[in-house]
Amino acid sequence: MSNSEALALKIRQHTLDMTHLGGSSHIGSIFSIADVVAVLYRDIMQFESSNPDWDARDRFILSKGHAGAAVYAALAESGFFDVSKLRTHYQNGSVLSGHVSHKGVPGVELSTGSLGHGLPVACGMAYAAKLDQKTHRVFSILSDGECDEGSNWEAILFASHHKLDNLTVVIDHNKLQSIDTTDETLNLNPFPDKWISFGWQVKEVDGHDHVQLREALSVRQETGNKPLCIIAHTTKGKGVSFMENSVLWHYRSAQGEEYLAAKQELEKS
Amino acid sequence: MRDAFVEKLTELAENDPSIMFITADLGFGVFTEYAKRFPKQYLNVGVAEQNMTGVATGLALEGRTIFTYSIANFATLRCLEQIRNDAAYHNANITIVSSGGGFTYGSLGMSHHATEDIAIMRALPNIAVVAPGTAWETRYATEQLTQRPGVGYLRIEKGGNKEPHWAECQFELGKAITVKNGNDITLISTGGILTESILAAEKLSAQGISARVISMHTVKPIDRAAIIKAAKETKAIVTVEEHNILGGLGSAVAEVLTLEDVPKIKFGQIGLKDQYSSVVGDQGYLRSFYQLDHTSIVNKVLSLIGKTIPAESLRETII
Repeated sequence: MSNSEALALKIRQHTLDMTHLGGSSHIGSIFSIADVVAVLYRDIMQFESSNPDWDARDRFILSKGHAGAAVYAALAESGFFDVSKLRTHYQNGSVLSGHVSHKGVPGVELSTGSLGHGLPVACGMAYAAKLDQKTHRVFSILSDGECDEGSNWEAILFASHHKLDNLTVVIDHNKLQSIDTTDETLNLNPFPDKWISFGWQVKEVDGHDHVQLREALSVRQETGNKPLCIIAHTTKGKGVSFMENSVLWHYRSAQGEEYLAAKQELEKS
Repeated sequence: MRDAFVEKLTELAENDPSIMFITADLGFGVFTEYAKRFPKQYLNVGVAEQNMTGVATGLALEGRTIFTYSIANFATLRCLEQIRNDAAYHNANITIVSSGGGFTYGSLGMSHHATEDIAIMRALPNIAVVAPGTAWETRYATEQLTQRPGVGYLRIEKGGNKEPHWAECQFELGKAITVKNGNDITLISTGGILTESILAAEKLSAQGISARVISMHTVKPIDRAAIIKAAKETKAIVTVEEHNILGGLGSAVAEVLTLEDVPKIKFGQIGLKDQYSSVVGDQGYLRSFYQLDHTSIVNKVLSLIGKTIPAESLRETII
């Protein structure tokens, strides 16, 4: 098991416990991005956990803030704060809110939760880096359902217009959104073509294959000047068989036998 | 006012390379010179206010001092959640500049009438809300908002009073300016409609009523001391704003009068009476139509303090 695969498993184990303890939802969305987050934090992004504001760090914004538990787990496992703090997630008085928060949480650049907010801010950060001729990169994870929000498309235009090749977006494309499939809710297809026609470079990968993710994420532009969109084909609830591809686990929190069964499955993986 | 803003912006940008001006494709011809002189401190994001506010937040979090700019409702209401969640919650150093407060763009129709913006911006924590009464106030407000950390809302008008300021005074955010002293009643106004308050005070003076005129350029944080002083020293307070009577200056002053230990006095509001303005006309016409002009202010004062309204004023109102 590679370092990033070990982290992905840790993220799944922590977040199963966190959502179990807090009775919180979105475990399906969290498992969906666990591998992308793990590869980013282990193999791609430059950061110093002892100095979260290090100027040369790569910036990361989780735009689909409801999967924040995955980021909290990755940050704790990367040394930004103690792993024991994760158990306070979603509890009364905790700083670890259900949607990702920057207040009192070292390593989080931006609090999100309302969809369609992360990419414009990421664009501002990438634009600032260009103006200042800095070489760090800016990453943002969006969900596919989130692409219903018009504000993203304003930012998608902006990023290509300003040639923000220091900006990488990963789309968590699990084809399910809050109530139904993305196809049935508001058809995004042809999805890669939309990004291409908006002036982005697009790569499609298996969002749970660490080798593919590493390769796609580590490549700085080869087509020159274009922002990069990685469409990561994912499975909502990935890692626990009965959670996979089910809208139910957008909301449900694993309790009782379901919790034990999920825990066992992860241990065996 | 807008010219005063551009002059001050230019001066600030010259002295501080971190100053950056972002427009959502408005201000044709107004910022041409600025953009030419400071290409790295100017950005037109296109007609996209949500992205403008998000991009502004990203730039501010990376150390820049940002102005965002559009016509009032577009710079505020269109991107309200970006202002709340991104800019204000992260205490980003951004001044949101609304060109066209109130009925500045009267003839363009209700989409361009900014009549709820003060109330809505005032309801958001961490935001200073400023509507200068004059070009002089605009210059100082522009500068001081950049020095204050966090988000500011600067509501300016295209024209407005261009004369030097009347009173010998210093400008300080959060400190009201007493434009004219008076002992009988107090008119507190925000924004360019200050000129109507001054005219009203002159008319009242002709009837033997001494009116104090206060320019409450900063609606939030509001100058509580100036309100308490007026309540103690005069018999009535009338607030004047080119804005809905709900949630704006009038409400802010009423909150102070209710919550602080002040003598019970008469209180009245001049403002749009909780309605959308669908009538077409220039700023002066609409002020008169919606009874925000100096004649309406005089009538409000007279009815509050129990004096008869002169027949001449009534005729003006009917017209």
